[in-house]
Amino acid sequence: MSTKKPRWTAVCKIGDILPGTGVCALVEDHHVAVFRLGEDGFYAIDNIDPRSGASVLSRGLIGNLGEHLVVASPLYKNHFDLRTGACLEAPEHSVRAHRVQVRGEAVFVSLSTLS
Amino acid sequence: MKIVLVGHGMVGHKFLEALRQLQFPAADVTVLGEEPRTAYDRVHLSDFFAGKTAEDLSLVEPGFFADTGFDLRLNSRAAAIDRRAKTVTTQDGVTLSYDKLVLATGSYPFVPPVKGSDRGQCFVYRTIEDLEAMKEASAISRKGVVVGGGLLGLECAKALRDLGLETHVVEFAPRLMAVQVDDDGGRILRSKIEALGVQVHTERNTLEITDGRQARHRMVFADGSHLETDMIVFSAGIRPRDELARQNALAVGARGGIAIDDQCRTSDPDIYAIGECAAWRDQTFGLVAPGYEMARIAARQLAGEAGAVFAGADMSTKLKLMGVDVASIGDAHGRTPGCRSFRYTDECKQIYKKIVVSADGKHLLGAVLVGNADEYGTLLQMALNGIALPEAPEFLILPAGDGKARPGLGAHELPDSAQICSCNNVSKEQICTAVAEGATSIGEIKACTQAGATCGGCVPLVTQIMKAEMAKLGMAVTDHLCEHFPHSRQELYHLVRVGGIRSFDELLARHGRGLGCDICKPTAASIFASCWNDFVLKGELASLQDSNDYFLGNIQKDGSYSVVPRMPGGEVTPDGLIAVAQVAKKYGLYTKITGGQRVDLFGARVEQLPLIWEELIAAGFESGHAYGKSLRTVKSCVGSTWCRYGVQDSVGLAVELENRYKGLRAPHKIKFGVSGCTRECAEAQGKDVGIIATERGWNLYVCGNGGMKPRHAELIASDLDKTALVRLIDRFLMFYIRTADRLQRTSTWRDNLEGGLDYLKAVLIDDSLGIGDELERQMQHVVDTYQCEWKTAVTDPGVRRRFRSFVNDPQPDARIVFVEERGQIRPARADERVPALAATAELST
Ligand SMILES: Cc1cc2nc3c(=O)[nH]c(=O)nc-3n(C[C@H](O)[C@H](O)[C@H](O)COP(=O)(O)OP(=O)(O)OC[C@H]3O[C@@H](n4cnc5c(N)ncnc54)[C@H](O)[C@@H]3O)c2cc1C
Ligand code: SF4
Ligand code: SF4
Repeated sequence: MSTKKPRWTAVCKIGDILPGTGVCALVEDHHVAVFRLGEDGFYAIDNIDPRSGASVLSRGLIGNLGEHLVVASPLYKNHFDLRTGACLEAPEHSVRAHRVQVRGEAVFVSLSTLS
Repeated sequence: MKIVLVGHGMVGHKFLEALRQLQFPAADVTVLGEEPRTAYDRVHLSDFFAGKTAEDLSLVEPGFFADTGFDLRLNSRAAAIDRRAKTVTTQDGVTLSYDKLVLATGSYPFVPPVKGSDRGQCFVYRTIEDLEAMKEASAISRKGVVVGGGLLGLECAKALRDLGLETHVVEFAPRLMAVQVDDDGGRILRSKIEALGVQVHTERNTLEITDGRQARHRMVFADGSHLETDMIVFSAGIRPRDELARQNALAVGARGGIAIDDQCRTSDPDIYAIGECAAWRDQTFGLVAPGYEMARIAARQLAGEAGAVFAGADMSTKLKLMGVDVASIGDAHGRTPGCRSFRYTDECKQIYKKIVVSADGKHLLGAVLVGNADEYGTLLQMALNGIALPEAPEFLILPAGDGKARPGLGAHELPDSAQICSCNNVSKEQICTAVAEGATSIGEIKACTQAGATCGGCVPLVTQIMKAEMAKLGMAVTDHLCEHFPHSRQELYHLVRVGGIRSFDELLARHGRGLGCDICKPTAASIFASCWNDFVLKGELASLQDSNDYFLGNIQKDGSYSVVPRMPGGEVTPDGLIAVAQVAKKYGLYTKITGGQRVDLFGARVEQLPLIWEELIAAGFESGHAYGKSLRTVKSCVGSTWCRYGVQDSVGLAVELENRYKGLRAPHKIKFGVSGCTRECAEAQGKDVGIIATERGWNLYVCGNGGMKPRHAELIASDLDKTALVRLIDRFLMFYIRTADRLQRTSTWRDNLEGGLDYLKAVLIDDSLGIGDELERQMQHVVDTYQCEWKTAVTDPGVRRRFRSFVNDPQPDARIVFVEERGQIRPARADERVPALAATAELST
């Protein structure tokens, strides 16, 4: 399945995500972690932690490591870059990052091209 | 080369370790040990009374004899040597031949030839068997006397006092510790020791021991006075065990001991002697460090290193006797011709300090410190390394009244070769190398260099050198929590407390930078909880919590959670069990009994958690905080209520303590145990806080651990009533919370605590920092503001809404898949999950 034009899915209201935390959304049957960093920084990556296969990344703590905005997996504490999905400790465990848009109060996610 | 070693004590074992280290392949070694067990740490023998077992005290690492192939024979006393045939014969008639014989037979305690000293309940203080016998006797005694007021005698007196006896010390000389301290020092020492409840009788020459009237024995003294007691321990000095040498016409020293030369050889070049049994230049050494040095020299000689020679040893000592610091360095009595001394006496605080300097005033020759020995490390290094004294040497021992820093000795002033740890001969250079190789805590330095691992006297100096070296290598940042805060956890705790900071944003704005991370956020959350105890999911606090705290459950490998209701003291009613079982059944949870005496329910999905808890709360349960770095459980045995041996109500106390400290957030999890008698069925000594009932109250042990690195908890106070017990635990926990590093269990915290157990006791029991009340108040605040987190969570709709698998869909997470095993669920393995996941896999291709 690949799309040229981004397809946007409304996932929730801004207020559904407590600043500094994440939620998991189902987007076209994919588990997507949507994070809110501060009041208005929104990021999305796959929710499934490649190391464990569990759908948990939205439950990790977010912050920064140097230049990287990151989430730490709640299971094994490895870090994923919120903008690229790259796993800082083990690049082979990287995930995909997805696009997020806020229109008014609503948060939209568009899945990145699937490889 | 056939080597026979006689004596497997501290020095004998060091000799074996040295042989192994030299990788001396030609050695065929047999060891004859008279004692029933392998070498143990005699220096810390008294810890046996503080709960250390013979295994804890062992010096032999597991597998040592299997790895080296050395042939160890215990319960084998060498009874005779035939020097011409070069054989040794044991008391049971086994004869072994040798090429080289090494004698490491140590000393025996000297018992003065007093009539009646062979009566029952008279002891010496040298082996584990001696202590076992003393312990047994103490149970049926009220009063105990130690004969001998030297270093060992006072240590022994402390042991008797800790065993709950009325304790007396009887000394022949006019002062205590006559060898190490002078008259003035002896006077201060005496008043300090008496203040601790030990009665001191000096200038008493015991003539006879007879039947007592009120007690078992009566000691009759030369001056006509007498003293009655139930047990007597002789600690009147030691004598070298040189009997094998005497029987075989080997030369002995003028005052006994097997005479040795600089190579540690006796008058027979095929026989060596090392340790306390040896006399070098007519001098014997009653300390372990010189013996260790001899062991290394003898091993190197045998391996063919002709250049290895023993050059005498420093006899400086520092110790803490019943909490009183006593130290003696070099020429403590000022016997060097032309030397001069400086003294400082404070009769209020009971401190005495003296330094002895050379005739030209340039070098330090000796020192005596009583009551406070903070300067020991500095003075010792000055004396040993001949470091030039400052212009006004008196300031080395005068208190810094004007607030100016003392002319201390910076680590950088020490030469690389300076011996820092004399017990294990560790130089400054070795410590620096260990730091460069990555050791950055005192525990790690101990493990890899052995520095500070024996008597511990050098630990403050080792710490100072370690820190200086880390700073030099640019590693000093390691106590910074993370890149966002240039502070240690302890400093952050202080900043939060003093600054009244209640939010992460404020903390970051005032003391940090960046956005925070998975290290500093939960640490800050934990500190806020310890200080202010707000609901952990309130507002912004929620975003700081680890997933476990955020969902108030323990995340499992598949993303499901476990649920643990609190069962204080491990007590649960049948109705309670039924309620738990019904919940487990209804939600299909896997159930298992935990090591902490409660029930763990596994396999709950996030959206099920509030429903499950609603039912548990309705049945009267509260959160068990199994997810938090907080008090977990107070394990207990049934105690005097049911058990025929129990002496106190251990369950009752456990329930009370668990209810007091539940919800308390700390740097790491905390476990308690309460046993109803010394049989210790609750394994309390493996817990952070362990309590064991006695006839008279409760004994308190702290800083134990099971898990990855087991450690026995240490006794800090005996026979406490409940009020005193709770007060001490309040102080202990709050002091730990205040000073520990992130994720540091109490056991590692204790191992890294400068000043060790004595320091901890001083802070908690003697309130040496003057913070006792404050710690108790802070704990009371946490106790008073306790809430069941689950009760608050299920009744707050805003919080409750967050418990769902998907923000935009009520369906459960289909990736959580269970299969059945032994009649219950378990997470499916990857290969078992394939069908369920195929759908998702398809979508992503
Ligand atoms: C309570 C206490 C506290 C102490 N505190 C300190 C301190 O703080 N600092 C310090 O430096 N030192 C201290 N010491 C002294 C220190 O323990 C000794 O210096 C050290 O143990 C000497 O070691 P060693 O091997 O020479 O003798 P030991 O450790 O006594 O070993 C000798 C061994 O040889 C065995 N043996 C003897 N004869 C024979 C034979 N014929 N055949 C076979 N085996 C034989 C003995 O049974 C014994 O096991 C303390 C000692 C005691 C008792
Ligand atoms: S510790 Fe003592 S009281 Fe408790 S169960 Fe064991 S024997 Fe009984
Ligand atoms: S011992 Fe290991 S496997 Fe067992 S619960 Fe602890 S961490 Fe998990």
